[in-house]
Amino acid sequence: MGKVLEKEAFGLAANDNSGILSPFRFSRRETGEKDVRFQVLFCGICHSDLHMVKNEWGMSKYPLVPGHEIVGVVTEFGAKVTKFKTGDKVGVGCLVGSCGSCDRCTEGMENYCPKLIQTYGFKYYDDTITCGGYSDHMVCDEGFVIRIPDNLPMDAAAPLLCAGITVYSPMKYHGLDKPGMHIGVVGLGGLGHVGVKFAKAMGCKVTVISTSEGKRDEAINRLGADTFLVSRDPKQIKDAMGTMDGIIDTVSATHPLLPLLGLLKHKGILVMVGAPVKPLELPVLPLIFERKMVVGSMIGGIKETQEMMDMAAEHNITADIELISADYVNTAMERLEKADVRYRFVIDVANTLKPTPNL
Amino acid sequence: MADEHKAFGWAAKDESGFLSPFHFSRRENGEDDVTVKILFCGVCHSDLHTIKNHWGFSRYPIVPGHEIVGIATKVGKNVTKFKEGDRVGVGVIISSCQSCDSCNQDLENYCSKMVFTYNSRSSDGTRNQGGYSDVIVVDHRFVLRFPDGLPSDAGAPLLCAGITVYSPMKYYGMAEESGKHLGVSGLGGLGHLAVKIGKAFGLRVTVISRSPEKEREAIDRLGADSFLVTTDSQKMKDAVGTMDFIIDTVSAEHSLLPLFGLLNVNGKLVILGFPEKPLELPIFPLVSGRKMVGGSQIGGMKETQEMLEFCAKHNIVSDIELIKMDDINSAMERLARSDVRYRFVIDVANSLNPA
Repeated sequence: MGKVLEKEAFGLAANDNSGILSPFRFSRRETGEKDVRFQVLFCGICHSDLHMVKNEWGMSKYPLVPGHEIVGVVTEFGAKVTKFKTGDKVGVGCLVGSCGSCDRCTEGMENYCPKLIQTYGFKYYDDTITCGGYSDHMVCDEGFVIRIPDNLPMDAAAPLLCAGITVYSPMKYHGLDKPGMHIGVVGLGGLGHVGVKFAKAMGCKVTVISTSEGKRDEAINRLGADTFLVSRDPKQIKDAMGTMDGIIDTVSATHPLLPLLGLLKHKGILVMVGAPVKPLELPVLPLIFERKMVVGSMIGGIKETQEMMDMAAEHNITADIELISADYVNTAMERLEKADVRYRFVIDVANTLKPTPNL
Repeated sequence: MADEHKAFGWAAKDESGFLSPFHFSRRENGEDDVTVKILFCGVCHSDLHTIKNHWGFSRYPIVPGHEIVGIATKVGKNVTKFKEGDRVGVGVIISSCQSCDSCNQDLENYCSKMVFTYNSRSSDGTRNQGGYSDVIVVDHRFVLRFPDGLPSDAGAPLLCAGITVYSPMKYYGMAEESGKHLGVSGLGGLGHLAVKIGKAFGLRVTVISRSPEKEREAIDRLGADSFLVTTDSQKMKDAVGTMDFIIDTVSAEHSLLPLFGLLNVNGKLVILGFPEKPLELPIFPLVSGRKMVGGSQIGGMKETQEMLEFCAKHNIVSDIELIKMDDINSAMERLARSDVRYRFVIDVANSLNPA
């Protein structure tokens, strides 16, 4: 067996838990027989990237090249690749590897495989640490590459690879995708705004639940939500009690679950897709007396991600983005921390991420 | 005005929860009613909570008891399902609106106008009294047939404890998953029946408990496959991700985090105990494993009847300690310390003597 061949790459990496990103040269493996290599055009900035660069989850290893909402154009592919060819528009989301043989993998739920390998910050089979899409190009096993349909703009499609699948998967799994159902979406950020769009496309009535009245106009007139309610207004909550089949809760800050459980109909489901770090208070009586459920969900499997992307193409669903240059990324991270973005930053990688002269 | 007839039972008169003889009356048997001479009544933990006003809505005097088995002595002219002499049961609810979505789906227990057997008020203003008494009069739609072969004394607790575990086990899909792994947290009135019913559904059952001394009991007598002591950190670690379902019957304050850890991906945690304070819900395990937490309370009438037939078929009864009515106060003290294997049942017919 010979030396592992590599190709040069460059990107932006965080070097410590300040989370400040700076230019970084590294290398990626040569294109293996099952690999797809692509030039990165755009990469979305997910809130998880912010948590990871600052090591808020305690699992970050530096240097860390984030980014798992990656789209680009295929430049090379391995001999055993059947689904993609040079020039294809492709994307990679949060996963680049899984065991392939456990129950989860065989059921198309690679995202719950105990041996899953995330797109950045995880050890790959060749013992390298995976580097994400804030970089000039990616190489990825064909099994984890998503085709981007032609009619979707690449920049605005990128965030669907994480935000989109994160809301789509639980809606399908828990049957909250039927026309006529009433779905609540808590939080109007990267996940929330895409949640509204998918729920509307599924034929559901959508209520956005937010802490701030200021987002009402946006939610209804721009995103197409049917109603809007302010969670801190007891009267608005009371008037909507028992009206929702499901609620997608995208909020990661600590917040009360009792009013949300009250909004659900009997047997209603509260889906947690945000990841509050501290435990939340769980009122047990609504679960016992009204058979309501609280469930969690995390991204989705690969087949499901492709299905989500195809549905997005059919219904023209894309994220609302603010396109930024690579230079702006640290400022974008600061603004993201204050939720000052409508609703996803996307880095214009191909046009603005260039190696600096002294690298 | 409805005629009434005399009844006698034991009631709590205040928050001390001390029970003592009490004369009251029941309505005359109406055309939809069944009058039941009470033979046995189970002592449910809810009885204890209610007589001591732990939940803040007790109105005294309270005759508790909602695991009632007896003989029909009179049936109203509209009643076709029962006749005099039938062995019948009355559980946790005695009335519902009969017209809402829940009632139309045989889920009277989720009807917003559902009326509990005791410590409740009916629409005509009557305060309802429970089964620690000689007789009860109930609308036939809330009376259950007690199957042949199901003993009246050991079968009585099925009317609350039994349906409380059976209903969520069906609803959350445990009955169709033979071979899957159920954890039962807490081995008391609810827990011991969850073990028996779980085994009858073909599940592998592990009892999760703080008390190592219950192991032999759980395995040899109740039929559990294994026993996990929550304070044994190595065994808890080895069991991580091995359970498909957990029924949590514990009402004392406890952490859900280790229980979520025991669940496999897609695992379901069903909470049946009523904790006094909200529990803490760690979100990360829920999200990273697509896990679920839900709850349940009792069951509808149709389902309760189905549960009784199921238990009769599989010879599932509660493990009981039969007591006399006179001993009820000391039984309540022992129940407060969980010192019972696993349900007290009052031998009403043989020990309730009017003063």
